[in-house]
Amino acid sequence: MKEHILPALRLTLVCLAFFSGIYTAAVWGVAQILPNKGRAERLPHENGYYYANVGQAFRSDRYFWPRPSAVGYNAAGSAGSNKGPTNPDYLAVVQTRIDTFLAQHPGIRRAEIPADIVTASGSGLDPHISPQAANVQAGRVAQARGMPVSDVAALVQAHTEKPWLGFVGNTRVNVLRLNLALDQLTNAGPSNQNGLKPG
Amino acid sequence: MQTELYTILFFFMLTVALAYPFGRYIARVYAGERSWLDPVFDPLERFFYRLSGVDAKREMRWQEHMKVMLTINAVWFLWAMFVLTNQGWLPWNPDGNPSMTPGLAFHTAISFVVNCNLQHYSGEAGATYFSQIFALMFLQFVSAGTGMAAGAVVFNAMRQRTTLQLGNFYAYFVKSCTRILLPLSFLAAIVLAAEGVPMNLGGGKDQAPGPEGDTVEVSRGPVAGFVAIKQAGTNGGGYYGANSTHPLENPTILTNMLENFLILIIPMAFVFALGFYLKKKRLAFMIFGVMSAGFLLLLAPALIAEMRGNPHLGQMGISQAAGNMEGKELRLGAGLSALWSISTTATSNGSVNAMHDSFMPLGGAMQLLDMMINSLFGGVGVGFLNFYIFIILATFIGGLMVGRTPELLGKKVEAREMKIAMLVALLHPFLILVGTALAAWMAASGAPVAATWLNNPGAHGFSEMLYEFTSASANNGSGFEGLADNNPFWNISTGLALILSRFLPIVGPVAIAGLLAAKQTVPGSAGTLRSDSATFGALVFCIILIIAALAFLPALALGPIAEHFSF
Repeated sequence: MKEHILPALRLTLVCLAFFSGIYTAAVWGVAQILPNKGRAERLPHENGYYYANVGQAFRSDRYFWPRPSAVGYNAAGSAGSNKGPTNPDYLAVVQTRIDTFLAQHPGIRRAEIPADIVTASGSGLDPHISPQAANVQAGRVAQARGMPVSDVAALVQAHTEKPWLGFVGNTRVNVLRLNLALDQLTNAGPSNQNGLKPG
Repeated sequence: MQTELYTILFFFMLTVALAYPFGRYIARVYAGERSWLDPVFDPLERFFYRLSGVDAKREMRWQEHMKVMLTINAVWFLWAMFVLTNQGWLPWNPDGNPSMTPGLAFHTAISFVVNCNLQHYSGEAGATYFSQIFALMFLQFVSAGTGMAAGAVVFNAMRQRTTLQLGNFYAYFVKSCTRILLPLSFLAAIVLAAEGVPMNLGGGKDQAPGPEGDTVEVSRGPVAGFVAIKQAGTNGGGYYGANSTHPLENPTILTNMLENFLILIIPMAFVFALGFYLKKKRLAFMIFGVMSAGFLLLLAPALIAEMRGNPHLGQMGISQAAGNMEGKELRLGAGLSALWSISTTATSNGSVNAMHDSFMPLGGAMQLLDMMINSLFGGVGVGFLNFYIFIILATFIGGLMVGRTPELLGKKVEAREMKIAMLVALLHPFLILVGTALAAWMAASGAPVAATWLNNPGAHGFSEMLYEFTSASANNGSGFEGLADNNPFWNISTGLALILSRFLPIVGPVAIAGLLAAKQTVPGSAGTLRSDSATFGALVFCIILIIAALAFLPALALGPIAEHFSF
């Protein structure tokens, strides 16, 4: 065993230098010439930028709401609820979410509520909701903003992303992008606070 | 439902189609044949050998291979322990995260050395940039290389000749890392970064103003490079706590399919590599057929259960068109999450793109069964070693059935080899069942330490404990993450299970292959049970089924099966 220790130590050092050092530096180097410069997809605005793919909390009636998050949309501490499908406490929580949602969205039938808007995502940072989850919120958002429902519905339609290659993955709506577009529509003009920079 | 089915079938066939030529490449690497990449890799590897002072041409016996492997793994463990217990003051800690406690560091170091990556910490708050890159990602490369090198030793030993000399461990190890893991990870890392996985070296958490006036804190880091090798080396330990459910670790459907592809590609290619290496393609097809059949048979129930959704939510009257969405990401959906969950448990990868704790009981049962079998493709290199044990068992039982001394590829399988094979085969259920029994006894007897372990009551709580020991013993690393596992009991018990279940299933098959290689070749006759026939494949499949069913059905009945029938 003894004669193997020194080569093991030396090989460990070489591997550390190469796989931790050079590999990481090389990936970082190439990332710098990518469009996003290895900084994730960001949406610039007047006060900085938003992370396009990181779900964020929206609580106001004027916005579309994202899915429930087990960690309160803490992007420095991701996690899911880890609740099992038969856990009575969990089922009670979902029941409460459904009842609350119905109370906040009069005129919506129970069967119209999609599961994604009353269940917590895996990361707690899901940036998307289903088009159906956006449509059932359209009336509430339109009322809060004093807009015609058809305008809001059209915006949802315009922000519905198709599956990759037409069939891989889910049809979805990015809540942040949709809400920013809403703000742009409502605040168009010099009073624009939160809208995207042109281009 | 239908589009998911097409997607999954298309994905599976594409992965197999790419695994075949990749397997040929792997075989060439281990056989030392010339390739057009030599001008790059030859000097690089010479550089590795010269700096480490090893003679990569010196042939080793199987015992020496194992000594070299255990020695260097011990060095890695000590290095990781040092880094993790001192990461708080070591450089490159922009988030100011604290050092790990000794118990947690012990568990984490073991877990990454053995290629398991079971995590009792959460990356954002529990590790630093330095420890992620210089301890954890380093181990993701070298532990994968270790498993593949051990696989290469068994390849070498299975060749048709009588010998004690089975190649050089350092050479197999370095080549696995440089020629197989490195190019694959590098290319994948670039694609991941381009698709929006962060790859920054400094700065720590980003503070971005939120749309509603609050501040959004976003954890970042050198994620893209980390995630690539995490997926390709069947490691599975996420940069972020939520692993590949996290929208920065797996932002798009493209990254999801790429990461799922990386889970499967080397374990699949390794089977074809055996065929090319031994020039016995039919043997590889037999093994591949058994593995694929098992894989698809486990996938189907999981897929159906997830796509149907949770009946309890159905009773509440809401629409479940998208399936069971608790713990899942909308961009990925229930179907592709089921595909990933079976891929990751089949290969001992252990990364997740949805929370396994919140899968339907049937989905959870299939994940458990996948890890209990632990050789449907299996971990890089070691998946084949586990399957090799089943081949030995099938050879023996088949030999008994036809009344001849069992032979594998012209070598007599005798009592000594069988004893080793049985020891390895029984270790897996022993660790899982004894560990779970102990934990369940503590939880049921109301031990104060166990009061806060479980996140779910009843049968599902039992499943959480069963899953943890199964994942540890399969060196998988996924979890029913509701389990509160960062405490002395779980850190130490699963830590010990990890060591045993990594090194015995490597040393055992290498020893058997080494012993067989030293024997004289017996010429085949009409009465020989051919190991590359469909009959033999069916026999192996049945033996896998019988061992898994006999050993694990009672435990599964107490957990996911009981929960399933509670609907």
